[in-house]
Amino acid sequence: MTAPALTLTDLTRILRESAGEDESVNLDGDILDTPFAELGYDSLALLEAASRIEREVGIRLSEDALGDAETPRLFLNLVNEPITSTT
Amino acid sequence: MSGHTVVTGIGVIAPNGVGTEEFWAATLKGVSGIDRISRYDASGYPSPLAGEVSDFDAAGHLSSRLLPQTDRMTQMALAASDWALADAAVDPAALPEFGMGVVTASASGGFEFAQHELQKLWSKGPEHVSAYQSFAWFYAVNTGQISIRHGMRGPSGVLVTDQAGGLDALGHARRHVRKGTGLVVSGGVDASLSPWGLVSQITSGRLSRSADPERAYAPFDTSADGHVPGEGGAILVLESEASARDRGARIHGTIAGYGATFDPAPGSAREPGLRRAIELALADAELAALDVDVVFADAAGVRALDRIEAEALAAVFGPYTVPVTAPKTMTGRLYSGAASLDVAAALLAMRDGVVPPTLHVPDQAPDCPISLVQDTAREMTVRTALVIARGHGGFNAAVVLRAAPDGDRPGTP
Repeated sequence: MTAPALTLTDLTRILRESAGEDESVNLDGDILDTPFAELGYDSLALLEAASRIEREVGIRLSEDALGDAETPRLFLNLVNEPITSTT
Repeated sequence: MSGHTVVTGIGVIAPNGVGTEEFWAATLKGVSGIDRISRYDASGYPSPLAGEVSDFDAAGHLSSRLLPQTDRMTQMALAASDWALADAAVDPAALPEFGMGVVTASASGGFEFAQHELQKLWSKGPEHVSAYQSFAWFYAVNTGQISIRHGMRGPSGVLVTDQAGGLDALGHARRHVRKGTGLVVSGGVDASLSPWGLVSQITSGRLSRSADPERAYAPFDTSADGHVPGEGGAILVLESEASARDRGARIHGTIAGYGATFDPAPGSAREPGLRRAIELALADAELAALDVDVVFADAAGVRALDRIEAEALAAVFGPYTVPVTAPKTMTGRLYSGAASLDVAAALLAMRDGVVPPTLHVPDQAPDCPISLVQDTAREMTVRTALVIARGHGGFNAAVVLRAAPDGDRPGTP
């Protein structure tokens, strides 16, 4: 069984739900490589989103690795890596 | 000396009015915000009444980034800080960030937010607890969020002295202004009416158990048997008089005097500290008792405490002399928000030449020899006002306010 990979759409939905959305940012735009800081999300917002993802997907993410995932692309790679590799 | 500290901005959020003018109009008309708790079924609680702020739209004021990380008290404090700065006609972005500070009072912290997270902790597990719980409930969070929102990185802090905090914060903010911080946002806003917050307050033994909004909170009355809790408060902008004049700001009034004392240990035969706090504030203002036009009372609503306050006032001013009022009979006691709201009301009384009334004191106790302004507002010139606040645990604080000199009030009709 392969769990469905987390998509950018999933990530932006979870970010909106758990940490809200900065008015000056378009989360539906091309943001894969935009640093979270520029999207208005600090480390606590990412921690909050990560904990939601851990619950939804049923995985554990390392806090050190989370700290290095500075863009949505890196974040998605981190989340989807264990899902695909452990099945 | 030219070192006066003045109030240039007021932002109010109260159970009987959201926004300064809404609150003031309701207060002068004697409109009470005390009613049965509406946000949950409180019929099973021994104290089912509160002064709730019912028409505050947090989402209309704050970004969706802020909503998930803030308790109700912080959402209200942030809105009030916006209004206070707008009232002061200050653009914080145009001022040096280390020249602006924030000093608020807090009595209980973010109980509603914390209750939700603790419920998740026990019902679902620790991984369901919000990361924002790390700061959303602690005492200093209103100061921190106001500081972040307006880019104020100067001297800041929080005062935790229960209801006295609303004045202690202003006293401390004034110290920062005197030491050279150009502008300090101060005051207090509390909102601890969630079930957990309410139950915690009930343990003080000072909450009224009446379910009748017109009888429950009757300070200085023979029937006084506790207070009704409320939520909200006021945020004020303090500046040095010199810098306020330099920028042509409208001045609501001067924080002319401040005094704080601590009560002797329970059971001591020594006099409670309240009279001394009043005298310290008057001395600090270099004013005599005769100069005071009106007193905004602490109005505990507990017989023994009412008697202590009335005796202190009678000792300083003489029995049944200076007009005394307690508009908090229309809001309930707002903890750290109460005294800041009284300071706002006193400044508005100076502006409009009218003192708001005290409601629902049908049978004033003979051992409370004070001249209460009852039931209807009283038109009178107010140049000097005394505001009193006491906090559970022995805190006493008093602030003397002076009106801005005539002719220095551009923008006032």
